[in-house]
Amino acid sequence: MNTFIRMDRKQGEPPSPTRRSFLIGAVASGFVMAFADASLILPASPETVVAQKTYDPALWFRIDADGIVTVNIVRAEMGQHVGTALARILADELEADWASVRIEHVDTDPKWGLMVTGGSWSVWQSFPLLSQAGAAGRTALIEEAARLMGVAASACVARDSVVRAGERSITYADIVKRGSLSRSYSADELKAMPIKSAAERRLVGVDTQAIDIPDKIDGRAIYGIDAQIDGVVHARPKVPPTRNGSKVVSVDDSAARSVKGYLSSLTLEDPSGTVPGWVMVFANSTAAAIKAADLVHVTWQSDDTAGVSEHDLLAHAAKLIGDPAAGATVVNDEGVDAAFAAAASTLQHDYTTASVLHFQLEPINATALQKDGIWEIHTGNQWQSLILPTLAKALGVGEDKVIMRTYLLGGGFGRRLNGDYAVPAALAAKALGKPVKMTCTRADDVRFDSFRSPSLQRLRMGFDAAGKVVAMQHDACAGWPTEVMVPSFMPKGKNGRPYDPFAIAGADHWYTVGAHRVRAISNDLANRAFRPGWLRSVGPGWTNWALESFVDEAAHKQGIDPLAFRLNLLDATGGNAGSAPNAVGGAKRQAAVLRRVAEISGWGGALPKGTGLGIATSFGQERGMPTWVTCVARVKVEPATGVVTVEKLFLVADAGTIVHPDGAMAQMEGAALWGLSMALHEGTRFESGQVRDTNLDTYTPLRMRDVPEMQIEFLPSTEAAVGLGEPATTVVAPAIGNAIFAAVGIRVRHIPIRPRALLDGVHKPA
Amino acid sequence: MSQFHLNGRAVSVEAQDDTPLLWAIRDDLQLTGTKFGCGIGFCGACTVHLNGRAIRSCITPVGAAAGQQVTTIEGLDPAGQHPLQKAWVAAQAPQCGYCQPGQIMQAATLLADFPNPSDAEINAVMAGSLCRCMAYVRIRKAIKLAAAEMQQDATQGAKP
Repeated sequence: MNTFIRMDRKQGEPPSPTRRSFLIGAVASGFVMAFADASLILPASPETVVAQKTYDPALWFRIDADGIVTVNIVRAEMGQHVGTALARILADELEADWASVRIEHVDTDPKWGLMVTGGSWSVWQSFPLLSQAGAAGRTALIEEAARLMGVAASACVARDSVVRAGERSITYADIVKRGSLSRSYSADELKAMPIKSAAERRLVGVDTQAIDIPDKIDGRAIYGIDAQIDGVVHARPKVPPTRNGSKVVSVDDSAARSVKGYLSSLTLEDPSGTVPGWVMVFANSTAAAIKAADLVHVTWQSDDTAGVSEHDLLAHAAKLIGDPAAGATVVNDEGVDAAFAAAASTLQHDYTTASVLHFQLEPINATALQKDGIWEIHTGNQWQSLILPTLAKALGVGEDKVIMRTYLLGGGFGRRLNGDYAVPAALAAKALGKPVKMTCTRADDVRFDSFRSPSLQRLRMGFDAAGKVVAMQHDACAGWPTEVMVPSFMPKGKNGRPYDPFAIAGADHWYTVGAHRVRAISNDLANRAFRPGWLRSVGPGWTNWALESFVDEAAHKQGIDPLAFRLNLLDATGGNAGSAPNAVGGAKRQAAVLRRVAEISGWGGALPKGTGLGIATSFGQERGMPTWVTCVARVKVEPATGVVTVEKLFLVADAGTIVHPDGAMAQMEGAALWGLSMALHEGTRFESGQVRDTNLDTYTPLRMRDVPEMQIEFLPSTEAAVGLGEPATTVVAPAIGNAIFAAVGIRVRHIPIRPRALLDGVHKPA
Repeated sequence: MSQFHLNGRAVSVEAQDDTPLLWAIRDDLQLTGTKFGCGIGFCGACTVHLNGRAIRSCITPVGAAAGQQVTTIEGLDPAGQHPLQKAWVAAQAPQCGYCQPGQIMQAATLLADFPNPSDAEINAVMAGSLCRCMAYVRIRKAIKLAAAEMQQDATQGAKP
């Protein structure tokens, strides 16, 4: 969906290795194995290419004389065990002994190309290239082993870092020590490299312990907030009353001067415009900075967004949705209006979602310093390529003068895709001429969050006299993160207008609904009043709430079982038939997960009064990378109190090839519980230019006691591996809403679902 | 200035008595396994033991620890092989891992009070420990694994 991000390929296609060559060059410790542009390899020996590092730096590995294989990882580790999954893909093809495989997370460098960890893309994007790299390395090791043993390469078998030919064998370590692996493979040779069949895989699809976990249970894991730099000045910001338009009128630090360790306060001048109206409070310890900042009194002049509320944002959205000329048409089949005009009956409903905080547990922080003319930014980040140009602008230097040091992320969830928090630390370090470590308190973090925008959606469906669906329209209005932070990434709609693909994905579903229109509308008031963010599952987190609630309503209107209604629409015809390599089978695979979840959940069976099953399904983050997923929720509603108890969640996913099954299951568990948390437990409101809830005293994400029984399955598949970090998040809320309707006949059209909504519904049934 | 014992070692910090123990541990004593999450005692990421009991170090003044025993995740077991830590690996509990030191320190108190905890007891004691990755299923599993191992060890230890 985002063509700019995938610079080297068409929409929906993973990177193609076909125009690359592969080379292996000797280094002091062993051999480096890497891709290179096919044009580079011919004039230079592999050694020259390796020495000059002109190979493709984003994907390479090395093998040393002890047989240790080290894989370079440019993705951020934020709980998804990404290094483990990526290294497994490579090591499997390489036939390396897993015990000898290491991973290395790298700092930013222009040579890595685009550095971003998000969109549930990592495994999907990397799988083909890692397989090719592993196969090429294995081929070279076998060739060299054959030469050293004096046998034919065809007689050799590689397994567990040993090459065997009959009775004879040689380890990878000995091949490195005794042989010369230096060679290069042309693009054609690389293309012919034997990739193992799914049946021959020994690591992919087999469980293992994640490499990053041991350091996370004894305090050794180092996150950005743990960065320790000599001579650092500690800082805490005074976050202004509005995100984009506040100006500092005066700063009074007289009360703060009584705090031991307080140093000074500084109004930031920011050429990048990232943190207007920020004041930094400096001290010689974190504790003193926190305490002093409470006592620094800043007077701001705010812009008009200081009066904006959640109600205003949704009222503005309603006005925009009511204008048929507004927004970008993402899907716009011929004859939508005519089909609605000719329909025997129609159904239309509006759905809303509240503002949601990231609340990643490690508050945003960053340490900045200048060393040897280079600015070092120490912080956890998901999209280094996005913030580096901003940092360079803020500091008034070239991008080659800024480097981001890599740390573990104490939660990403999309918050750290937006690296705006690095800017104030950099500005402060420049102004003071000293290293500065900025630590935000929780309230600072939340007030500066690029939270999930509230949304309003209007869905409409037309039916013919026989009850067949003949037309559908889905309009969605929300703040657009991509428009605010990286507008060049926005593709154009059918009407030529740019749109945020991440804020509408999900509405372009795989149901066959006749003439179909999807309209994406930017809430410009939201974009001005705060900085909308990408939050775990992004647009599908709200589009599926509306879509899957609405499809359920349509089924009930037609008097058809909601499962049967969906299966009827998932006929895999026309554009929904699917295509290789990523969407083989298309809507048939979505139907298959639905059938399976119906089986395991006892769909259609009898339930006690006040208890109901609800179903919802989706294709995950984007049509070009479908992760087929579905959820059945079993909920009990207490009519006297309106309290909804989720008794059990049943989830089934078809994510193609599963690389790291236990890690995949962890992602499903966490993603599903995020969906539950956003459906029932969290959610805030924008009030007077700020979010209302700034800490856990009033913001209430799901806790241990709220976790229902869960039954999760993956359908076995050898199709392309697709993303798993987000898809399960999107189906849980509508499954719960639909289950509430099944239980007590009350239709909820807003998340979070509070007891009040149920109590109101008791008196005013849907 | 406060003096106390940290992980069995006598330490003194210059920080004023009202400084949260969390920052004395992290900044002055440079042990960063104890995490800052909410600052108001609602998330549990900063959980340490004061004389063997789980407390929230972000709302405990360092002065309150004077002369007492403070244990952090780094000191729970000298080799990082406490039954809870082993169980956390076996269950593959951590995702981002940021809350896990606090979860483990809280779970240690849980098992001291309830050697064979029921789900309700786990819910009650662990309710104050937020996991934003929502790895709760595995945290519960790990607690039960550790409880089983500790009971087995206790039984074997009792044999002559």
